[in-house]
Amino acid sequence: MTSDSQIKSAANHRRTASSVMTTLTAICAFFAVTILALIIGYIALRGLSAISFQFLTDTPKPVGEGGGIGNAILGSLVLLLLASVIGLPFGIAVGVYLAEFGDGRFASVVRFVTDTLTGVPSIVIGVFVYTIIVLPMRQFSAFAGGIALAIVMIPIVARTTEEMIRLVPTSLREGALALGAPQWKVTTGVVLPAAASGIATGAMLAVARVSGETAPLLFTAFGSRFFNVYLDQPIASLTVQIYNYAISPYDEWHAMAWAATLVLMTLILAINITVRFFTRKKI
Amino acid sequence: MQNLQPNIPTPATTHGASARAWNWRRTFAPTGNTGDTVFRLALFGAAFFLMLVVLVMIGAMAVNSLPSLRQFGFGFLTSRVWSPISGDFGALPFIYGTIVSSLLALLISVPLSLGIAIFLVEQAPRGVARPVGFLVELLAAIPSVVYGLWGIFVLAPFLREWIEPFLARWFGWLPLFRGNVTGIGLFTGGIILAIMITPIITAVVRDVLAAVPVSQREAALALGATKWETTRVVLNNGAPGIAGAIILGLGRAIGETMAVTMVIGNRAQISASLFEPAYTIASVLANEFTEATGELYLSALIELGLILFLVTFTVNGAARLLVWSVAHRAGGGAVGRA
Repeated sequence: MTSDSQIKSAANHRRTASSVMTTLTAICAFFAVTILALIIGYIALRGLSAISFQFLTDTPKPVGEGGGIGNAILGSLVLLLLASVIGLPFGIAVGVYLAEFGDGRFASVVRFVTDTLTGVPSIVIGVFVYTIIVLPMRQFSAFAGGIALAIVMIPIVARTTEEMIRLVPTSLREGALALGAPQWKVTTGVVLPAAASGIATGAMLAVARVSGETAPLLFTAFGSRFFNVYLDQPIASLTVQIYNYAISPYDEWHAMAWAATLVLMTLILAINITVRFFTRKKI
Repeated sequence: MQNLQPNIPTPATTHGASARAWNWRRTFAPTGNTGDTVFRLALFGAAFFLMLVVLVMIGAMAVNSLPSLRQFGFGFLTSRVWSPISGDFGALPFIYGTIVSSLLALLISVPLSLGIAIFLVEQAPRGVARPVGFLVELLAAIPSVVYGLWGIFVLAPFLREWIEPFLARWFGWLPLFRGNVTGIGLFTGGIILAIMITPIITAVVRDVLAAVPVSQREAALALGATKWETTRVVLNNGAPGIAGAIILGLGRAIGETMAVTMVIGNRAQISASLFEPAYTIASVLANEFTEATGELYLSALIELGLILFLVTFTVNGAARLLVWSVAHRAGGGAVGRA
């Protein structure tokens, strides 16, 4: 970069500096996009060569005998369902509270803590759920995994819900109130439906985010080699399965890790791109 | 990883609207309506319960780390020995690994993120900024374990073959770049972290820059400033917010678990060389928690979890306050939700 004296002496230097820096910022952006392309490219390349119908439906087997991720896919779905059932209503309720009653001091604290909670590492939430659920139950369980994921989900859902509800014009509320509706009916019957698509978007992104979580599941849901739908038993998940395959010493399992990653990334990218498509106008 | 939604808009009028809503509520709030009372209590209950969860979180971890707290006290933070066999537990190697890998990540990620954000807000035409911005956001949507997988099989071999030998050859006189070149270690951990926190810092800086009033740019341009000089004016304006974004990235790097665990080597040691294996707080939790035998071992790990919680909570809180301060000063509400 040029110093001040040079800037004064020659406008050329300033123009050069400007175009150099402009180019550098473009290179930064290009670099990030290249990394994304490299990651997705590798997943597609290595994943597609290892994926098969049998792989998608089978349970894990010892090295050399094939096996698949059928139980992990089922386990992830069970965990996501459980997390959504707990986390979405809870998160939306907190979001509605912040948007509709969010002017007091307590609400500011809630907003701040909720925001800060989104930055707390998910592994810490795993440790927490271990101490309050796994230790008393003396067993890893799908239930504990679902709770852990729900706790990750709640602050995300709460903040997006709040923002979406704040977008609803005040006049809509005033109109409903003027017609004599009590506030709870105004919120549930007028405000929430008006913000529904935005809230759904936030919910979908939260599900996408949680579906990639591994750390909070390691010592809550733990993992399993079998098909399981019982909530009091350990349960497999795609992410933990990917982790176990990836750190194993076997090439065959590495290939399976890539294939399982392809399945996971397809789900996550599909959600993200769908959301982007539907919110395009607003952006 | 966190949920990034700089693309969900909040108009600059949010604060005005909420102020109006407040007055309106004060004036028209219905009283003595059972439905409303129940409704309010239910919503308040949800918010209150969430606060309770956070308090219980701290309490449960504190109680469960008591055996370790009693046994080691403050020495836990300064001891270099981590030996489950002899029952000696010290957190220093993990603290060191966490700090060094996070700082390395920031060193790489901050200029990169600033560059991307400036490109997206100040330079790129709309038709380019939108898709590129979306692609950078997608980086944040990739799960940690996937970064880890990619790190083990693509990034680590690449660094081992190309980057690390180069650094060892030309900068080997620094203790930082001595030692065995294996591709697995602090250096790789820092780089994978840098990639992971880049979309997060970028998203917040982007919002901060977008919140700087256009008049600032017009003023600079009117004085004859070049494009880059104008950008520097904008950067100065958003400085506190950018600081907040960087701290937010730091918080994320400190707590990042799976990807780092998979590439950092997981050895509890303190070495001057970046090429040596290391260990972070989050990694040791991921690796040893299910294997922890004995009360003391488990409570030492839970104490590590508690430390991680308190540190990231503080760091994130500070970042939020910084980012919020810029958002409010600029009169926009669109900042700091990333």
